[in-house]
Amino acid sequence: MKVKEKLSKELVAQLYRQMFLIRRFEEKSAQMYMLGKIRGFLHLYIGEEAIAVGSIPVLQPEDYVVTHYRDHGHALARGIAPKVVMAELFGKVTGSSKGKGGSMHLFDRRLNFMGGYAIVGGQLPVAVGLALASKLRAEKSVALCFFGDGALNQGEFHESMNLASLWKLPVLFFLENNLYGMGSHIDRTFAGGREVHRAADHYRMAARRVDGMDILAVRDTTQEALEWCRSGKGPYFIEAETYRFRGHSMADPEEYRDKEEEALWRPRDPLSNFRRFLTEEGWAGQGEVEMIEGEVEREIEEAVRFAEESPEPPPETLVEDIYA
Amino acid sequence: MAELTLREALNRALKEALERDPGVFLMGEDIGAYGGAYAVTRGLWKQYGPERVRDTPISEAVIVGAGIGAALAGMRPIVELMTINFSLLAADQIVNTAAKLHYMSGGQLEVPLLIRTVTGGGGQLGATHSQSFEGWYATVPGLRVVAPATPYDALGLFRACLKDRNTVIFAEHALLYGVRGQVPDEYYEVPLGLAEVKRQGSHLTIVAYSRMVHIALAAAEQLARRGVESEVIDLRTLRPLDTEAVVNSVRKTHRAVIVEEGWQSGGIGPLLALLIQEQAFDHLDGPVVRVAGADAPAPYNGRLERSGIPNEDAVVKAVESRFGL
Repeated sequence: MKVKEKLSKELVAQLYRQMFLIRRFEEKSAQMYMLGKIRGFLHLYIGEEAIAVGSIPVLQPEDYVVTHYRDHGHALARGIAPKVVMAELFGKVTGSSKGKGGSMHLFDRRLNFMGGYAIVGGQLPVAVGLALASKLRAEKSVALCFFGDGALNQGEFHESMNLASLWKLPVLFFLENNLYGMGSHIDRTFAGGREVHRAADHYRMAARRVDGMDILAVRDTTQEALEWCRSGKGPYFIEAETYRFRGHSMADPEEYRDKEEEALWRPRDPLSNFRRFLTEEGWAGQGEVEMIEGEVEREIEEAVRFAEESPEPPPETLVEDIYA
Repeated sequence: MAELTLREALNRALKEALERDPGVFLMGEDIGAYGGAYAVTRGLWKQYGPERVRDTPISEAVIVGAGIGAALAGMRPIVELMTINFSLLAADQIVNTAAKLHYMSGGQLEVPLLIRTVTGGGGQLGATHSQSFEGWYATVPGLRVVAPATPYDALGLFRACLKDRNTVIFAEHALLYGVRGQVPDEYYEVPLGLAEVKRQGSHLTIVAYSRMVHIALAAAEQLARRGVESEVIDLRTLRPLDTEAVVNSVRKTHRAVIVEEGWQSGGIGPLLALLIQEQAFDHLDGPVVRVAGADAPAPYNGRLERSGIPNEDAVVKAVESRFGL
């Protein structure tokens, strides 16, 4: 792991804490799903944590985040409390959307976390609009927009890339390329080849590929990209190569990918690699790391307890919040 | 008071919005340098510049989506979809995003986005350019749907829409842009969800919106010549729907005719008929009558096309044959 930024012990510990939090949150969510506490679709971010934690903490409060339906990691990295996210997954009134959004639709207006979007590619035009508002008001806000490789083949991808570049809008298009759109490998769905970030060339948009399993590389690249966007040069496209270690959703029997492929990616696990980096490079001792992990475990347990004990939304809320 | 066309009334509405609120900007295909496919935005590009009157590529999904994003960020975008037929390319953004964000976020987000679009047939533009989808959009919780019939209502409703915090489909009929009417110089609004009784009558109620209001009034004129007095109601907004105005009228006249241009198998008519049946069943002297567009794609041929769109004779004939009046 190489990094240009001067790291501090506090920063490194904080980043590890966030990654570990997401990992444990997702594992706990899976467990709660198996127990029937969480229903509907549940898409886990396990394996991709370095992207959310490498990029989102670099943002300023006035920046925007929009993302897809695999959104727990992004929401937690932006600072939504784990208990509020867990309560939403439990469908409780104390959840981020009062139990009416669910796993795929997490929001926090105060954090400019403008949401998880569950129609593939649907968040891309929204990010363009957030960036347009920023530009029209001569603000410095950047719209950070996550999407998966499945979204590459939607018309909205082309429309959004084109307009953002044409109008030089501060959008950071952040492709989380985990190689699969649901169960279909990118080689079977995308005609542009594996140099996916080259797709940006057509729109004359600056682009870079980064190892999405390396949190410090993601952090570096994001900082560069944000600087680019803020300086008025227009949008930026990052392709992060990553892998999800779980199925598309909890309903996925995973018959389409082989264990050998997974075995190739396992050594690149962003969490265990960053843990090793911390201890081997002397950023934290074994005891310090274990202390962080213990704190996170307690926080997750508390989140589950909070979600369990929270009330269901009252019946009348079915027809509330339809109109502002 | 001034006599304006509906096009002029809307142009004034847009100009006023740009003047009053720096958060307002317009965005759409050929609304700027070209002046708008239906010339509603003519002159605005020169006056307010390309930053606030933005020509876009032909990209309906991102036009609406970018409008949503800008609205979320606190601006007051007004987007134009050249026709409602093209709104299908943005239907995901309209239905899955604009209409849902407030609800799905538990009330945190608001999408005050005004989508102006052109509806209706009758211009021999063929099957893909002559449809009336405002009735579809009116089935979606979270959307407002507005369809003015007069210059007065166009301006007044537009102002009310700008104050509303939700996404509005503002459907302008292509054949109404040249319609003239008196428009006060002083500020006024026409509230959403308030129908208007355009003509008083005691024998039957004719309910319509947009261009069909003019058809209904012409039919009422014909019927009046032989002593049949129609009450004509202009819905003005399809969502919210002023059920009360319709039901009150039907309770008085005991007969209801719903006229709309869209296909027989859809639109606002079926819902309205149900509501009348639920709320005024004991007052009805006969079944609710519906006069709607033919269940066919719009043909190019002018005579054929006209035969598929309700006209005053079709309304009069329906009243004669179904009510014996």
